Amino acid sequence: MSVIEVEHLSKVYNSRKAIDDVSFNVNKGDVLGFLGPNGAGKTTTMRILTCYMPSTEGTARIAGYDVFEESLEVRKRIGYLPESPPLYPEMTVESYLGFVAKIKGTPATQCKSQIEKVMEECNIGDVRKRIVRKLSKGYKQRVGLAQALLNDPEVLILDEPTIGLDPKQIHEVRSLIKSLASTRTVILSTHILPEVSMTCNRVVIINEGKVVAMDTPEGLAAQMKGAERIALTVDGPLDAIREKIQAIDEVMSIYAAEGGPDTPPSFTVECKLGTDLRPLLASTVVSQGWGLLELRGVSMSLEDVFINLTTQEPTEADSSQQ
Amino acid sequence: MRNILAIWQREMKSYFVSPIAYVVLTIFILVSGIFFYGYLMQIIQATMMQAQYGQGSQPIDVPGIVTRALLQTMSVLLLFIVPMLTMGLFAEEKKRGTIELLLTTPVGHFQAIAGKYLASLTFLLIMLLANAITTFPLYVYGEPDLMPILSGYLGMFLFGMALLSIGLFFSTLTENQIVAVIITFGVSLALFVIEQLSGSTTGVTRNVVNYLSVLSHLEDFVKGVVDTSHVIYYVTFAFVGLFLAYRSLESMRWKS
Repeated sequence: MSVIEVEHLSKVYNSRKAIDDVSFNVNKGDVLGFLGPNGAGKTTTMRILTCYMPSTEGTARIAGYDVFEESLEVRKRIGYLPESPPLYPEMTVESYLGFVAKIKGTPATQCKSQIEKVMEECNIGDVRKRIVRKLSKGYKQRVGLAQALLNDPEVLILDEPTIGLDPKQIHEVRSLIKSLASTRTVILSTHILPEVSMTCNRVVIINEGKVVAMDTPEGLAAQMKGAERIALTVDGPLDAIREKIQAIDEVMSIYAAEGGPDTPPSFTVECKLGTDLRPLLASTVVSQGWGLLELRGVSMSLEDVFINLTTQEPTEADSSQQ
Repeated sequence: MRNILAIWQREMKSYFVSPIAYVVLTIFILVSGIFFYGYLMQIIQATMMQAQYGQGSQPIDVPGIVTRALLQTMSVLLLFIVPMLTMGLFAEEKKRGTIELLLTTPVGHFQAIAGKYLASLTFLLIMLLANAITTFPLYVYGEPDLMPILSGYLGMFLFGMALLSIGLFFSTLTENQIVAVIITFGVSLALFVIEQLSGSTTGVTRNVVNYLSVLSHLEDFVKGVVDTSHVIYYVTFAFVGLFLAYRSLESMRWKS
């Protein structure tokens, strides 16, 4: 059963569409990665899901409750970590968590044990008496995460949870998120791609307010791999090379990579799946008397998928969406 | 109720953890102390002059006179201080992003406003108590009529209550505390001096202007008269301020 159902969600700010007809479902126990460039509408979507602001159109339901009509029920069931952790700098970590536990309606008898639990989970027990203002960014982020975990929410909504952490902490937070996922449903937004393949089992890619892809990280990479790609660097005149290679039947497209005037031109050549063009390319280049500097097959990473889906150039977007 | 209490508690702590509470209290006590001393000296001089001219010493209510004069001065002091008590209530939450926490947990808008408003009222109460303590020596050496003094303090509390509610409202409008202070001060001041306009108006306008003035309702309290119409004025005033704050908080969700 879907814990989070988002249907045709749109949000308009002063006639600019921040998100446009976004729909997706998240099942219990899923970790959904919400991927997109800055300004794509990730935070807007999350704010609507957390009842912080209403949508212009469309509905969203969490655990069966509408975020607009039954916002109180929804707010009881979510833990939310906004982009910048919502901390009161003058409080100590412990009193801050105590305050959040109270306003989240944790029963008085359980407050203490809940706080202990989240402090242990987020590994912030050693700073419990410290004042929030004096904590490092990494600790602040973890206190923010601890706050979201209080009162055992069914659904966790995390806006860029690993931002500002050092590599070790990033690793810890990722494994924490993974361990949480067994009993909860998590949505996290990020623009760090490896994070998605490491922590999420579903990915939604959003660009300019629209969902452009939705799948598992592996499925997405496979689905996108509509063509074999070969990287090619040749010592020779750029235009002539391009023309010559374009003339080969099996080549679907060729892009010149950016480089300085002194570096030899590099290209990415795309051809049909299942064909290996490398021998043909090599002989073509050599027969022209150019120097073949590099020739290798490229596998498509999630990064390529992401860039493919979110870059402006229509030719790229079209070819990758088929 | 528990939410209101939690927010009240946090707000009180933040008053006393930040320098605001101490600065405000110190200045308030200092300035009201200076005025207290000044008024007391005036009376002493007046009575001494009376004695010199041999007019005999009629019994005068020194504590009553001084307290009344002091309360009138305090209304001006509150005009300056109240905006500082309310400026951060929502503006700071907005600036820090903690408003996002507050509005995405099961805290209702009403509870958030109530908790914060009660905290500012508590602080006002502390200020009035601190001020009452300054006048304590009067009661050691005199036997004042307590009722007019108490009604004066009640009036001052109601007056502060009204100003705090508009301060709270303006704090929801902006994330800049300075803007909140200035608007609150400006509007309070306008309502404070609007009485001056009544001289140049007649009839209904005059009545309306007089009724709107936050100051005209205070006079009776200081004289020792608790008139329900004045109580209703201040309570209504506070309700309007809080209602506007509630609406503003709601609309923030739509605008954000």
